Amino acid sequence: MATTALRHKNPGRGNLRALLYLSPWLAGFAIFFVYPLVSTVYFSFQRYDLFTLEPVGLLNWEYFLKDQAAWTAIRNTLWLVVVMVPLRVLFGLGVAQLVTRLKAGAGVYRTIFYLPALVPLVAGTLGFVFLLNPGTGPVQAILSAVGLPAPDWFGDPAWSKWGLTLLGLWSVGDLMVIFMAALLDVPKQLYEAAAIDGANGWRQFTSITLPVIRPVLMFALVTGVIQTLQYFTQAEVAARVASGATDSAGSVFTPGYPDQSTLTFPQWLFQQGFRDYAMGYACVLALVLFAVSMVFTLILLRQFRGLGQDIDGEDI
Amino acid sequence: MKRLLLFSAALSATAGLAALTACTAGTESGPPKVAQSGASHEPVTIEFWHGFSADNELKAFDETLAGFQKKFPWITVKPTKAVQDGQILQSVRGGNPPDVALSFTTDSVAEFCKAGIFQDLNPYLKASGIDPASLFPKVIAEYTQYQGKRCVMPMLADAYGLYYNKALMKGHQPPKTMSELADLAKKLTVKDDKGDIKVAGFVPISQMYENAPIHTGVMVGAKWTNPDGTSAIGSDPQWKKLMTWQKDLTDWYGYDRLEKFRKSFGDEWSAENPFNTGKVAMAIDGEWRTAMLAADAPDLDYGTAPLPVADDQPQRYGAGFITGTVIGIPRGAKHAEAAWELVKYLTTDTGSLVTLSNAIRNVPSTLPALQSPDLKKDSNFQTFLDVFANPNSTTLPAHVNSVFNQQTLQEAQIKWESGRASDLDALLAEVDKKIDEKLKLTAGG
Repeated sequence: MATTALRHKNPGRGNLRALLYLSPWLAGFAIFFVYPLVSTVYFSFQRYDLFTLEPVGLLNWEYFLKDQAAWTAIRNTLWLVVVMVPLRVLFGLGVAQLVTRLKAGAGVYRTIFYLPALVPLVAGTLGFVFLLNPGTGPVQAILSAVGLPAPDWFGDPAWSKWGLTLLGLWSVGDLMVIFMAALLDVPKQLYEAAAIDGANGWRQFTSITLPVIRPVLMFALVTGVIQTLQYFTQAEVAARVASGATDSAGSVFTPGYPDQSTLTFPQWLFQQGFRDYAMGYACVLALVLFAVSMVFTLILLRQFRGLGQDIDGEDI
Repeated sequence: MKRLLLFSAALSATAGLAALTACTAGTESGPPKVAQSGASHEPVTIEFWHGFSADNELKAFDETLAGFQKKFPWITVKPTKAVQDGQILQSVRGGNPPDVALSFTTDSVAEFCKAGIFQDLNPYLKASGIDPASLFPKVIAEYTQYQGKRCVMPMLADAYGLYYNKALMKGHQPPKTMSELADLAKKLTVKDDKGDIKVAGFVPISQMYENAPIHTGVMVGAKWTNPDGTSAIGSDPQWKKLMTWQKDLTDWYGYDRLEKFRKSFGDEWSAENPFNTGKVAMAIDGEWRTAMLAADAPDLDYGTAPLPVADDQPQRYGAGFITGTVIGIPRGAKHAEAAWELVKYLTTDTGSLVTLSNAIRNVPSTLPALQSPDLKKDSNFQTFLDVFANPNSTTLPAHVNSVFNQQTLQEAQIKWESGRASDLDALLAEVDKKIDEKLKLTAGG
């Protein structure tokens, strides 16, 4: 009773204490979220070459609407989100299914499939482009030897995004490990009961495996979408190597080579801000990326509401 | 798992923020500090960032700096190798720049001058009694200053020409016109039974190492920009002439076969360069290749010549593309006076320039150094000295969107060469539009 009375007497003191406890987070939020966001909005209305500022009104925003490369980059990034992310999830799940069912040599196969995920992005991409090189690549030589078409994977705009997708599938080990853990976690008695009821393999997969591992699948999709919205290194390295451009004077690298087919949104943002010194415009692109990320976040958060339960309806 | 999912979703919001924070670095203002040179002999150590990294370059550079040390014993130079423009830029933004910085590319000069990233050197030149007009060839002024500010000085220059493998030329003389080049390229090309290229007379596509439009445009005397900075590419018929010529020769080889052949090459800067290995009979390259050939392919019998020119411009034969290494004093340099002594020594001292030129085979960038009896000259290197001295030789004038302009034209060239674009006029008009729009964005042009 005395405590309650005290609270009523000094309500501000309690709030102050709560704020004090929250202050580390609030300080971080202000420094790393509010300040960058407000500054970015401010810079988006400036001509800002990293050193000098000049107010230009809506010029940067108007340029965005006319910038064909930015829209190409958006299309490419969405293509990767829509095609590469689901394919990686499907492939990762397929590989995980296989390696969890192996009776002998499972450890060896798990290691083999996981190893590419440990290779640094730049090194992996370099190796992949050389493997698929139309002039000297062994994959092309094999395809030609058996009479199959051997496209110029990273030199033909019709194939370049598929080349990046292949690279993504090759390094699917990260997803495979997560799916393996989820698959091994499915109670065996469910399969035994289903088998007694006469359910075939496909029915067991769709009625038992998928519902149980659904939260893990969604996790894989969400992280895949997030990573792909930031897709940069593989596209940049693949385009550089395939184009043959070096960083020397006079050797011009055209990002997204060939024909901007591998140009992703973060690449274009980087190009504008740090290569073309158009930081004001880069801030517009950053805000667009931020807005798109927020939209994805909200959609996915809505989806999660139904996911935080297991098949018995219990919270997990 | 639920928390994990929510955490992942929150991460997607920070994906955009990661980019946002890049936009928020602080600005710096204030005029560059200019002081009279040579006033103090107090011991001082200056930081010098440069891009040289090869062993022979570093050795030559150390020798040159030793010469400076002898002349200015109170100034100690602390060099840092393999530095690129981005690092210089960030150091200036961070308020901790080197005293002297060197850039291999002239692409950033306009931005360096416009934004004051490098100090205007005109007051230093005046204080030292140096007249740039009488010291440097005229073409150099175009890539060392922007809108009246000379924020960098030239330290050695590069000139471009045609290299030819004498054995593969089968007695033919180097071509002087583009028609002769195309005819000879066809004659010297060797294909196998399947039609794959084994030896190319000349690889015409723009993605070939040094075939970028800034180097090939001079073959037709093509213009990049109008005096107001807008694009002249679509309106100058010379670009159309060059690209049509390139496409015709590319089609003769077959674009896919040519690309397959190009992608079998080794690294441009390695001993596996296809000119070194006899896979290409003629190639466009800079004067530095003479030093590389001496080191990597000493037995190769080759010659050099100016770039072939358009058939209707025979009077321009002998001209080439000129560019060079530039050096300056970044804004915020702590020891500007001592820094100027080093810049002055490296860019105006005949002995220093000749030593460096002889060691790494770049063209010396002052008129007295070009005339120096100590400058090593052989017939292959002489070609580039002549190109450098030719009044028709051109450079890419400093432009605030230099990199973007080059990228935009090269993208169009790739589309055209590959056959993925068929209307050249429309393609070049699109190039103009993109360049002009970008100019409005970055410079308000």
